[in-house]
Amino acid sequence: MGRASNGVTERVSGAAGLPQAHDSARKQVTGEARYIDDLPEPPGLLHIQLGLSTQAHARLAGLDLRRVRKAPGVVAVLTASDVPGINDASPFAGDDPIFASDIVEYAGQPLFAVAAESREEAIFAALAAKVTYEELEPIITLDQALAQDLEVLPTHELCLGEPEAALAQAPHRLTGCLHTGGQDHLYLEGQIALAEPGEGRDIKVLSSTQHPSEVQQIVAKALGLSSNAVTVEVRRMGGAFGGKESQAAHIAVIAALVADATGRPAKLRLDRDDDMLMTGKRHDFRIDYDVGYDKEGCLVAVAFRHAARCGRSIDLSGAIADRAMFHADNAYFLGAARVTSRRMKTHTVSNTAFRGFGGPQGMIGIERVMDEIALSLGKDPIDVRKANFYSGEGRDLTPYHMTVEDSVIGEIAEELEVTSDYRARRKAIRAFNRDSPVIKKGLALTPVKFGISFTTIHLNQASALINLYTDGSITLHHGGTEMGQGLFVKVAQVVAEVFQVDIERIKITATSTDKVPNTSATAASSGSDLNGKAAEAAALTLRGRLIDFAADAYKVRPEEIEFLPGRVRIGNQTVAFEALVKEAYMARVQLTATGFYKTPKIHYDREAARGRPFFYFSYGAAVSEVAIDTLTGESKVTRVDILHDVGRSLNPAIDMGQIEGGFVQGMGWLTTEELCWDEAGRLMTHAPSTYKIPACSDPPEDFRVRIWDKGRNREETVFRSKAVGEPPLMLAISVFSALTDAVASLGDHRLPPDLDAPATPERILMACEDMKARVAAGEEAS
Amino acid sequence: MATRGKIRFLLGDEPVTVSGLDPNTTLLDYLRANGRPGTKEGCAEGDCGACTVVLADAQDGGLRYRSVNACVQLLATVDGKQVVTVEDLSAPGADLHPVQAALLEENATQCGFCTPGFVMSLFALHQAGERPDRAGLVDALAGNLCRCTGYSPIVEAGLRALEEGRKASARARDRKIAKTLSGWHGDGSRLAYDAGGRRFDVPRDRAELAALLAQEPEATLVAGLSDVGLWITKQHRRLERIVYLGEVAELGGIREEDGLLEIGAAVTLGEALPVVAGHWPDLGVLLRRFGSPQIRNVATLGGNIANGSPIGDLPPPLIALSARLVLGHKDGAREIALEDFFIDYGRQDLHPGEFVEAVRIPLPSPEERFACYKLSKRFDQDISAVCGAFHLRLDEGGAIEAARIAYGGMAATPKRASLAEAALHGRPWDEPAVQDAMAALESDVTPIDDHRASAAYRMLAARNLLYKFYLESTDTATVTRLPGLGIAHHG
Repeated sequence: MGRASNGVTERVSGAAGLPQAHDSARKQVTGEARYIDDLPEPPGLLHIQLGLSTQAHARLAGLDLRRVRKAPGVVAVLTASDVPGINDASPFAGDDPIFASDIVEYAGQPLFAVAAESREEAIFAALAAKVTYEELEPIITLDQALAQDLEVLPTHELCLGEPEAALAQAPHRLTGCLHTGGQDHLYLEGQIALAEPGEGRDIKVLSSTQHPSEVQQIVAKALGLSSNAVTVEVRRMGGAFGGKESQAAHIAVIAALVADATGRPAKLRLDRDDDMLMTGKRHDFRIDYDVGYDKEGCLVAVAFRHAARCGRSIDLSGAIADRAMFHADNAYFLGAARVTSRRMKTHTVSNTAFRGFGGPQGMIGIERVMDEIALSLGKDPIDVRKANFYSGEGRDLTPYHMTVEDSVIGEIAEELEVTSDYRARRKAIRAFNRDSPVIKKGLALTPVKFGISFTTIHLNQASALINLYTDGSITLHHGGTEMGQGLFVKVAQVVAEVFQVDIERIKITATSTDKVPNTSATAASSGSDLNGKAAEAAALTLRGRLIDFAADAYKVRPEEIEFLPGRVRIGNQTVAFEALVKEAYMARVQLTATGFYKTPKIHYDREAARGRPFFYFSYGAAVSEVAIDTLTGESKVTRVDILHDVGRSLNPAIDMGQIEGGFVQGMGWLTTEELCWDEAGRLMTHAPSTYKIPACSDPPEDFRVRIWDKGRNREETVFRSKAVGEPPLMLAISVFSALTDAVASLGDHRLPPDLDAPATPERILMACEDMKARVAAGEEAS
Repeated sequence: MATRGKIRFLLGDEPVTVSGLDPNTTLLDYLRANGRPGTKEGCAEGDCGACTVVLADAQDGGLRYRSVNACVQLLATVDGKQVVTVEDLSAPGADLHPVQAALLEENATQCGFCTPGFVMSLFALHQAGERPDRAGLVDALAGNLCRCTGYSPIVEAGLRALEEGRKASARARDRKIAKTLSGWHGDGSRLAYDAGGRRFDVPRDRAELAALLAQEPEATLVAGLSDVGLWITKQHRRLERIVYLGEVAELGGIREEDGLLEIGAAVTLGEALPVVAGHWPDLGVLLRRFGSPQIRNVATLGGNIANGSPIGDLPPPLIALSARLVLGHKDGAREIALEDFFIDYGRQDLHPGEFVEAVRIPLPSPEERFACYKLSKRFDQDISAVCGAFHLRLDEGGAIEAARIAYGGMAATPKRASLAEAALHGRPWDEPAVQDAMAALESDVTPIDDHRASAAYRMLAARNLLYKFYLESTDTATVTRLPGLGIAHHG
């Protein structure tokens, strides 16, 4: 930041903290932003179509592809036996065959690939396959898997204190069970990759992936090559939300196999149905709880039992189920606690990362508990929540023995309670409901505390590469990928701030494994924290060299050199930034530098289930108001107030987009988005005609979102900002809680509603009927 | 009439002729293969709107602009029209179109994949000079899905961009294009497109249509392609003989006479909406909800009936309103009650060579009460789990003179609930009567059980909808509708 002679602070365009537009925004509105399928097709391009299993669990008795091979335009047909290296597309566990060869374990599992001269020919060729199956018993639902004890990973447990003893002595106790549904990512751009053979067996893959380095490794292993023969590049994705973290590799590796086998470029673009059938989704959960509390509603002890539906393989389920456990407390001190997590196997697609990564499922359990405690004691749920917030000494230890040092949830909730006019609206809603037999309203405030860092410690590292050219222009490379979240512009803002140059001077480039190697996935909300810091380090190195050079050349002390917007003050002189760069070049100063960052302070002993897996927490709270129709079960979110902490925002415009968009996506998870399988394990909802993400009329018309102006990260993150990608999704739990509140009004707020997620019209209507029946039967509060 | 073998249209400002391409080629595939990748495929079934483009056709000397889903439009249907894609809105480096500029300034893009579709939906409104309020704009964007932003900034951008209205100079340009299109239309040739042995015919009048169908009764009739388009994109079927109804003049009219509203089979839902909403507000709400603007701009009343789906949303209310169907053929026409058209799942009373010509609906009288309700997981652009329609006429003494009740989603075909109706006849419209009718309903229908809803929910909701109708027509004090779901219509 510079100070002009008139004392007014001047800032470069795109400096850190300014609401700079997304770097691709102009290209996006003109249609010039190119996604992989939009690129000019290289000469000789082959188009790939997959043959997918129609059975959920079966032995492959016959795979007759003779008619496929003879179909017009077909150039190659690949099966498991055509993989020269390892037939595996999994992130690490080795249990996701690229093509099934003996047993199929979900409807939608790839059996073969056909490559043809045109997409049309590939589609029709694939339809000519004759597949015979010997059916095996499919295990489809979570409860079936639990009954059969079928799991992909062993049970894991967190424990604080002596929960069983505490539960037994608690003044009040309640138990219950909540099911939450899965969620498809429905990124608008489906999975896609384009592979181009190079010299020898080198291969370049354009992949719509959040994790280029993992795609590189999987392609190399499948082709039997070393990693340096494979380059993976991604300029931008048309949405990802976790769905392109591990899943993109499966698509990319098939494109690479075809390109390697034929020596021709090859493209695999899944259409929407194949995409939804073949690739993983958010885990559905069953959450059982046993809770002890006092007369104020303060928790004494909690026992949670989680069961996650992992699908057919491990994928990222271990870390996802772990994160659910780490968020079973949300923002509350649980007292004595035991969190047990089971990771169940079903013959359905392997579930995977989705924004929140288990966090939402963990949190919604304790939020249900808060609502039920309030109902049992006749209190307003907001008071029960406030009574249980982490609040310093003695009430600051998580079930994984991390001390919560940075809680601001009390402050945020208090402020939002006032600004949302919560108490007056609560009264007004009670009055409305008394006089309204059909339409009932509900209100809820729920908090979010979300742990920031990959819980797999080694992933918390990032690199960047910055090149300064002699005209003063800058090229920025880092390991993060752009999926729409605005990472590229944020990192560029960091660099603009360090050099004090306008952001237009900085070229933002595609992410490529040959520029920055060994990257972590852009995931866990960590993109800006990690890559921003790595880029800052690279920029500081270069700035340091320019300072050293200038001090030497101009005979001044380094303290007399200051980077001002577009220029550098060196003692009594001022030179343009580009002039100094040119001078440095002439003096043989190296103008390229890498930067590296690893998150400090974090450690975790999984065996002991103790440690500090998170560098810090992000906080926020939301108040949602809803109305339900007790004759039809339809619902409407009528007003939402959000107050969210992003630390010191790197870019309030981008952050606001993450908050609003994350909330609406979470609302979809808990209301309209329902995945349905038939008894044979076939997904019945595999396109937007049957799977309903929020449309334009679904978000509340009255939507009041604020970034918390007191936000500042107490840890040394990049410019004291906080991660924002995932946490806002969980603010939508307030919608589910408000719907629960509306149903509870039918029982005069004494009985806990039997409402699972997603709260579709059917579930809401059935919960209303259940409540009416219990009231009629004279059931009393617990 | 002379026939023409090549498809002819304006792509932006450039005249284009196409021959040799399979008539099953979609507009989207054509555009993307011909240097216009700004238009995206998100779902290939007309649900996400990423493929939205704008069609313009000549009307009253100017241009009528309509957004459509290019993914389910066949290329041949744009014959004689102007196709405008995102690439036409601003030259590289030049000033942005106001809707583009507003989206940019409101930070309304994240991943950007849906953006060209939103740009084109807003562009269609802008060109038409529309200045909707917030609710109107939200409705206008119902057919564009965004997974990133949560829509707020898009709505803000739309309101801002449409505030200014369209420049007068733009109208002059419209007139020039309209002149070109009218000239084409007036040259008397009709498209008879043939490629690789597959045909696409565009009859221009009823006689041509009837003659074509008499000759080839197995031809597939298409209009909006919102259903048949999916046979091609989703089921990978290829149609051999296609006859397009969109240019048949006699099928495009709306008339009111002799106490009847007659709507031609090729009238689009969008054209029918204002007329229908004027007579039956609830039916207007239903039409608004069940198709996005892109769908309403092409999908037809006739198509929603003719495809015979058990979950089509129009048959239940039309049956409840005693609508009759005109079925045309080469030598004339016959008229049947709409409910008699639906014989069984996938089977309709349609003879070879026949086509749905028009729907006739008796106009409402003051002593009638009508309501219809659509239940779905999402309010907009979703297929109904249950659609219920109720029509009641009371005599001077307040007794039920006539009751017609029809449901969608409750049987293999759109179903009239005759037993429930019988339970009401001649009785006062009161609580005991409605309770009896609700009980009778259980014997009237056998609801289906699928991913949209369970049979149990459908039955309970069907009963409750009847009760809701009772409440709304007798007790005006009780709030029965959620905010934004239309107002109850009290007789």
